[in-house]
Amino acid sequence: MAIVFEKPKMLTDKPTHYCPGCTHGLAHILTAKAIDKLNAKKVIGVAPVGCAVFAYEYFNCDMQEAAHGRAPAVATGIKRVIPDAIVFAYQGDGDLASIGMAEIVHAAARGENITVIFVNNAIYGMTGGQMAPTTMIGQKATTCQSGRDVALNGYPIHVSEMLSQLQGPCYIERVACYDVKHIKQAQKAIDKAFQNQVEGRGFSMIEILATCPTNWGMSPQDSLKYVEDVMCKVYPLGVYKDTTKEEA
Amino acid sequence: MEEKKLLKGNEAIAEAAIRGGCRAFFGYPITPQNEIPEYMSFRMPEVGGVFIQSESEVSAINMVYGAGGAGARAMTSSSSPGISLKQEGISYIAGAEIPCVIVNMVRSGPGLGGIQPAQCDYFQSVKGGGHGDYKMLVYGPNSVQECVDIMYTAFDKAFEYRMPIMILGDGMLGQIMEAVTLPPMKDFSNVPNAEWATDGTRYGADRRVVNSLYIQPDDLEAMNHKLFAKYDVLAEKECRYEEYLCDDADVIITAYGTVARIAKSAVDMLRASGVKAGLLRPITLFPFPCDRFARLAAMPNVKKFVSVELSMGQMVEDVRLSVNGMKPVEFYGRCGGNVMTSEDIAEYITKEGK
Amino acid sequence: MAKVSFNKAFCKSCGLCIGVCPKHIISISESEINSKGYFVAEVLEMDKCIGCAFCATMCPDCVIEVEK
Repeated sequence: MAIVFEKPKMLTDKPTHYCPGCTHGLAHILTAKAIDKLNAKKVIGVAPVGCAVFAYEYFNCDMQEAAHGRAPAVATGIKRVIPDAIVFAYQGDGDLASIGMAEIVHAAARGENITVIFVNNAIYGMTGGQMAPTTMIGQKATTCQSGRDVALNGYPIHVSEMLSQLQGPCYIERVACYDVKHIKQAQKAIDKAFQNQVEGRGFSMIEILATCPTNWGMSPQDSLKYVEDVMCKVYPLGVYKDTTKEEA
Repeated sequence: MEEKKLLKGNEAIAEAAIRGGCRAFFGYPITPQNEIPEYMSFRMPEVGGVFIQSESEVSAINMVYGAGGAGARAMTSSSSPGISLKQEGISYIAGAEIPCVIVNMVRSGPGLGGIQPAQCDYFQSVKGGGHGDYKMLVYGPNSVQECVDIMYTAFDKAFEYRMPIMILGDGMLGQIMEAVTLPPMKDFSNVPNAEWATDGTRYGADRRVVNSLYIQPDDLEAMNHKLFAKYDVLAEKECRYEEYLCDDADVIITAYGTVARIAKSAVDMLRASGVKAGLLRPITLFPFPCDRFARLAAMPNVKKFVSVELSMGQMVEDVRLSVNGMKPVEFYGRCGGNVMTSEDIAEYITKEGK
Repeated sequence: MAKVSFNKAFCKSCGLCIGVCPKHIISISESEINSKGYFVAEVLEMDKCIGCAFCATMCPDCVIEVEK
């Protein structure tokens, strides 16, 4: 018998602190598997502030822990001084799309040759379920307890759509992890996002629609269903930008 | 090779940084320090270094965090409102023990304030500035040559102590042109990367993490004590000051940076009119030369201290703490971008002295 | 012939593996608790496993290794 599925080498043996059923774990595994495939000599990751704040304990490479929202700037600093390293930033929706909006937009606009893994679960998980920049209209959060009201809170931000309007990025795709088929599609997207960096093609970002069973107040199974039935309607999956196709 | 040149303070600092081994600069435009990023933008590529004009001061300091954490000699420069924005990043840099250099060509405040010279950033430079318990090694040079000399060794100190270093200038120092001797280019091509730097080459048990998060109170307390033990070493080894005619002085004027040059002329004027004045000029503002102030305060000839600053009175608080009630400590200052003359200082001393 | 093995110490009892198993052979133990206090996932009829690795693919905590 041969092993057909095992833990990626790019993950440490430390159990994660994520809640049961949280798909941050899947995003870690997919990212780690993509890096495993590269056989890179140098890899440096940047962890965010938010639920993934301890990502530096889980990825089995050199890591830097950035201030809230600043991961793309930190990754830029690293990549520019060690251009032959694979540099990735791992960020949540509050980190990337709220406090760190300037950093992600400008890293994308510069076409910075880094890979960004953007985990969008439409809520602030670590701080206890507050409204996120990606919280959907009508979705409940502890700071919009009757549901997000456009009159009060405005509209959620569609990051992949927005960044794809810039000239800088090479590759932007939104994926989801609600079943095995979509996990495999997500893996392909993340693989490509890292391969683009190896080939020096510039900024790639994969937005992963993820669950937050704890703060959504749902079971892990129901959370997956919510991603499929609700989130994917608001945030359609797909490739939003791919300059590698334009070149071909 | 050494070179003699006529340079603006800002340009001289930029060239001295490069000669001192700086190979990564991240900055955002703000008056009156724009010559630094402008100079770096063409000079860095010449020496194989990195220059980015970032989208904000916040981003610039976090690029310094990333590059510095990866082991590069990285720096940024700004002026007061921009430094306020950088304080978050500086706190993280201090907490993660990343070496780097931050140049602050101070302008008047608060708020948008003005673009004229000031020293109103003393507090946010020497007292920590951002959140949490930390300090930086802070220099207050008084000439373009001293800017060059301090900048040239700043990265060596930053790496020796693994901490951010601030060079606290002002608009005058940045804009003034003076003849300077530029030191030779340091060569770090064969120097191995620092033993803590995340250069990406390690996996598993050997991997390195640049981080300032300590979730266990005991761990964080131990980290704070580790940082402060370094500050004790700074006080012992890095404290620098210059004295002028203090031995027999009745009045000790104290000032740093360009103001100290104005104050030095005031001392000469006062001496010529029979007033025994002296000048104590702190060169490091943190560590502050507390002991020297205390020893002068204990001398019977010394009647009082006068802290002269381009602020509403900031360094004067450290002078008072150092003198510890032994002698009176007065303050004379201008602010808002106004600069006192030597005559103003001499007049203050003569009037107050009566 | 296929086999799944669970690194039970890592299991958080989320049950995502149960939902994707085409053979419906995974369940949450009613008796075995790990050091974190979770009832762990287990397979009682291993001979029915086809080694599709859906469970391992779905598990957010890398609990499951699959051999085929």
